[in-house]
Amino acid sequence: MEVPENIKKRLTLPFDEHFYAGHTACQGCGASLGLRYVLKAYGKKTIVAIPACCSTIIAGPWPYSALDANLFHTAFETTGAVISGIEAALKALGYKVKGEDGIMVVGWAGDGGTADIGLQALSGFLERGHDAVYIMYDNEAYMNTGIQRSSSTPYGAWTTNTPGGKKHFLEKRHKKKVIDIVIAHRIPYAATASVAYPEDFIRKLKKAQKIPGPSFIQLFAPCPTGWRSPTDKTIEIARLAVQTAYFPLFEYENGKYKINMPNPKKEPKPIEEFLKLQGRFKYMTKEDIEILQKWVLEEWERLKKLAEVFG
Amino acid sequence: MEYKPIRKVVSGNYAAAYAALHARVQVVAAYPITPQTSIIEKIAEFIANGLADIQYIPVESEHSAMAACIGASATGARVFTATSAQGLALMHEMLHWASGARLPIVMVNVNRAMAPPWSVWDDQTDSLAQRDTGWMQFYAENNQEVYDGVLMAYKIAENVNLPAMIIESAFILSHTYDVVEMIPQELVDEFLPPRKPLYSLANFDEPFAVGGLATPNDYYEFRYKIAKAMEEAKKVIKEVGKEFGERFGRDYSEMIEKAYIDDADFVFMGMGSLMGTVKEAVDLLRKEGYKVGYAKVRWFRPFPKEELMEIAESVKGIAVLDRNFSFGQEGILFNEAKGSLYNTSARPIMKDYIVGLGGRDFTVKDVKAIAEDMKKIIESGKLDREIEWYHLKR
Repeated sequence: MEVPENIKKRLTLPFDEHFYAGHTACQGCGASLGLRYVLKAYGKKTIVAIPACCSTIIAGPWPYSALDANLFHTAFETTGAVISGIEAALKALGYKVKGEDGIMVVGWAGDGGTADIGLQALSGFLERGHDAVYIMYDNEAYMNTGIQRSSSTPYGAWTTNTPGGKKHFLEKRHKKKVIDIVIAHRIPYAATASVAYPEDFIRKLKKAQKIPGPSFIQLFAPCPTGWRSPTDKTIEIARLAVQTAYFPLFEYENGKYKINMPNPKKEPKPIEEFLKLQGRFKYMTKEDIEILQKWVLEEWERLKKLAEVFG
Repeated sequence: MEYKPIRKVVSGNYAAAYAALHARVQVVAAYPITPQTSIIEKIAEFIANGLADIQYIPVESEHSAMAACIGASATGARVFTATSAQGLALMHEMLHWASGARLPIVMVNVNRAMAPPWSVWDDQTDSLAQRDTGWMQFYAENNQEVYDGVLMAYKIAENVNLPAMIIESAFILSHTYDVVEMIPQELVDEFLPPRKPLYSLANFDEPFAVGGLATPNDYYEFRYKIAKAMEEAKKVIKEVGKEFGERFGRDYSEMIEKAYIDDADFVFMGMGSLMGTVKEAVDLLRKEGYKVGYAKVRWFRPFPKEELMEIAESVKGIAVLDRNFSFGQEGILFNEAKGSLYNTSARPIMKDYIVGLGGRDFTVKDVKAIAEDMKKIIESGKLDREIEWYHLKR
């Protein structure tokens, strides 16, 4: 579609849409925004593999698809393996894969399908060096099965299998740092991104497209249903996750770390600002918040040091 | 081009690897497991020596092997893998995915006993436990049938859009060398042209989605279509088997290979390598005056019900040899064969002999002993017991 000149000047994101309206996501869904940006970045010459997760449903039931790209629905734990097979077959059949004019092979999986059941296949995919992009959209629980904790669920968060009750049974484990596990594979490119910063996300997607070999992006994608948050607060919450350094945005490229947001020189906002907009944290005591705050700042310091030493 | 076979002395596993090479497979994703490993090692050697242009994915598990094969096959490539026992069990979920997505993947499974206790020897329970995954299953008697089976399987699978498993015995075939007549590449190419996929993820003209949610309003029909494709496969198997015979001299038009049926009092029925032993024993028994025959089930899925019914019409008894067992019931082939005959008037006496589990030897002497037992049963008309664990140490 031709973009009018007056609009073109103001655009910071690609104008073309390859994720149709009429999909079945909940109101305020961060994941569906993320998928829309992925397809904006890569266009329709994209093969998306989606395992069991919200996006299986969001894309629509047979015979519909909300994606203006080819979509292969696969089993929960297989995203890394399926995109490996797709990439290998494209090469065997003589297609160009990745790069600006190549076919983009994208694994689009939730945190459960990545941090938990799909971790082995992800590791295999990364280690073998396939030319594909794996995007973990992180909504911090098994949302599609009814909000159960994943290893990416943060300390203190309510989920249906870590409920808050009279005896104060809260999630006692800190969020698994999947990106660190990914970086341990020493792949060429890994990054974190957020739906609150689409320009940054698309820039990272474009970078992943150009760099040969496997890329990984962990995308922070709030879920109003599971987070018990107002549907119009998705972007605000995602922005606060970055501003509090709860989910800092950074890139790992050929051994070097670069923090994008928040600014390492500025003090991050208190974690409470991120927590208070969400019902899932309402069971937390003052002590719980302190525990989480301490962890966030420790991790933030750690990342800053990495960026300092390996910047 | 006139057909002049190339004779090579190879193991069953190498026969499988050569067949994959000659079928011009494009993607191989595999994980090492005993006793399958030498199949993928041989393929890797072909690639290393420049004999084949194959994308080879050394995956981190059998589950991922099948998942990668599925991704590759959905993209339009001709795909191969091989496994055995625990590996096949780990693949189980994805076996359903392959047939559900209608992908003609061909896999060689080396029949091996399931643990615990650990065993690396022959047993059919691993593949028979995959009975309901929508895969076609061909049981090879010898190394030649492993080679022929793989080539035919691609043609059949790509015709009906269902995956196929070629099954060989652990060590009895996998690591035993025998003469195999291989087909010159040009003639294989004539028999097996390049794959024309039903759909390809690399085709962007009309974007599409595979495997999404189907409501109760649609799911049922998807299953019916697989059932129909399996039924259709029977016809295709016979046609391809006949064509193979006409081109290369070995006819596979019958899903049950049989001999001495017409005047036999009873027949031995079984699958895979143990039928080689049975064939030899039957020849000897015939010379000694026993009126026996054999029926070797080549294709277990789709199940050759009609051919079995014909055999059942003309014999008084069937001795089913099961190198497998379904706990809580009986031998799996016995169960299938008996069930197939329920609604017919043909009711030969049937006895299930459980033999050779976990690689226990099964010899001509054993076949003779079973023949004696069957003879008594036929003569008396009385079945002493339905299931006999033949080798059992008491």
